[in-house]
Amino acid sequence: MSQFVYLYRIDADEQRERMGSPERAQQSMQAWMNWMRQLEAGGHLKERGQPLDRTGRLVRGKTRVVTDGPFAEAKDLVSGFTIVEADDIAQAAELANGCPILEGGGAVEVRPVLAMNF
Amino acid sequence: MAELSEHLFRRESGRMVAALTRIFGVHNLALAEDVVQDAFCRALEVWGMRGVPDNPSAWLMTAAKNRALDVVRRERTSRTFAPEVSQLLETEWTLAPTVAEAFADHTIRDEQLRMMFSCCDPRLPEEVQVALILNILCGFGASEIASAFLTGRAAIEKRISRGKKVLASSRRLFDLADREFAPRLSGVHRALYLLFNEGYHSASAKAPIRAELCGEAIRLASLLAEDGLAATPATLALAALMCLDAARLPARTDALGDLNLLADQDRSLWDPTLLRRGFELLERSATGADLTQYHVEAAIAAMHSSAPTVDATDWRGIVSLFDTLMTIAPSPVVALNRAIAIAQADGPARGLDELRAITDSERLSSYPFYFAAMGELELRRGNATAAREHFQSALAVARNAAERRHLSRRVQRCSE
Repeated sequence: MSQFVYLYRIDADEQRERMGSPERAQQSMQAWMNWMRQLEAGGHLKERGQPLDRTGRLVRGKTRVVTDGPFAEAKDLVSGFTIVEADDIAQAAELANGCPILEGGGAVEVRPVLAMNF
Repeated sequence: MAELSEHLFRRESGRMVAALTRIFGVHNLALAEDVVQDAFCRALEVWGMRGVPDNPSAWLMTAAKNRALDVVRRERTSRTFAPEVSQLLETEWTLAPTVAEAFADHTIRDEQLRMMFSCCDPRLPEEVQVALILNILCGFGASEIASAFLTGRAAIEKRISRGKKVLASSRRLFDLADREFAPRLSGVHRALYLLFNEGYHSASAKAPIRAELCGEAIRLASLLAEDGLAATPATLALAALMCLDAARLPARTDALGDLNLLADQDRSLWDPTLLRRGFELLERSATGADLTQYHVEAAIAAMHSSAPTVDATDWRGIVSLFDTLMTIAPSPVVALNRAIAIAQADGPARGLDELRAITDSERLSSYPFYFAAMGELELRRGNATAAREHFQSALAVARNAAERRHLSRRVQRCSE
């Protein structure tokens, strides 16, 4: 088994647009919980990971330029991460198919964790 | 991991909007709705990954409260907030306790009441009032309201935005100490009555959404019934009527969602808790000099609810209540129901006479249950051919699949 990181990427505005009524928001959340449960039941959930706030700071380059968030307007925002275990990248990508973020127009970036031992 | 209770977001939505309106003012309703949306966004991200917190309602309230503090700090120089509290929002000293107070249970209750009264502004048509209540106080989205009302989404959106424009143009929410309290309270009664009936008699075949509408109407009527000023005899009678009728909902449709006639209902399915509450409210409503439409309708519902079978029902008593109702709130549908009660008391022939005597029966010509009632009574006196024709007329104006199935079965019954 190898480890993979799922980076959840969203368009913040679009996500808000799509949220719709409270009832639909609750359904989306239920879908997330179900998905996490499925990963867990399949023995693929290594770490639930964490959701990330849209605010923050960006520290960049040699001159250490600090830019303030919020990044709420960003078109491609990392909204959180999860660590999964899968046989290979193909299976990890396959598992990402069921992620509810896709319904909302977002994306899951699947990245293998570089292992210490080969 | 904790499970999420059904419709939690929808329920909390109305409560959060009420608290936020207390701070921002009704002219900033859109801002309040944004903050609620933010709280849901945050919950979606955090709970979706980490699981539901122990007290989800309190979590949402705190998220909304913190966001409200941010908004006030950021915008207090550029925006005017609720006139009742705007001064208290100006200094850090008083800001936090003022916002905390807005989220206290008793404030939320009061603000929901005021919002309800504001939604029933007489400048707005009743269908706009009902759509506003469902959207703001009950958290239904436009497409959910549209599907319950069998109306287009665009039409509902138009009603909601028209209503919100009127709301936002008022300086503050309706004050229950206002001179206009009494007439406005009857407006609120009418809107809640419509809302309830939309759920109870809705042509929409979706049983869950209908039960939800009835549940919301009862919740709002209970808010009125628990308030010192608003708990008038008419309020109590309206709440009684809703409880007594809603108690029969579980028996009203069968497993396929088809309508069960009163005679065919399994009375053991009637909800005993709602019945008890209904009787209690009805008893409390019997004070004062005003006999309202709600009193009479609740009394009729109570007679049905306390009868062990259709035959053991006090039909004569029901007829006399319908006579009263015809003098207070006459309508073709009331006349139709009165005729059916007369048929039960004095036989189908008398009932048919009464049905034919309904003066504006052309208003019933698109109402399937008018023809269905004729059919039932003809069938009961052994006139299967006439009955069949009536059921076929009913079938021609049936409004949904459940009604069509029910009526086709009745047509078939006439040939057996």
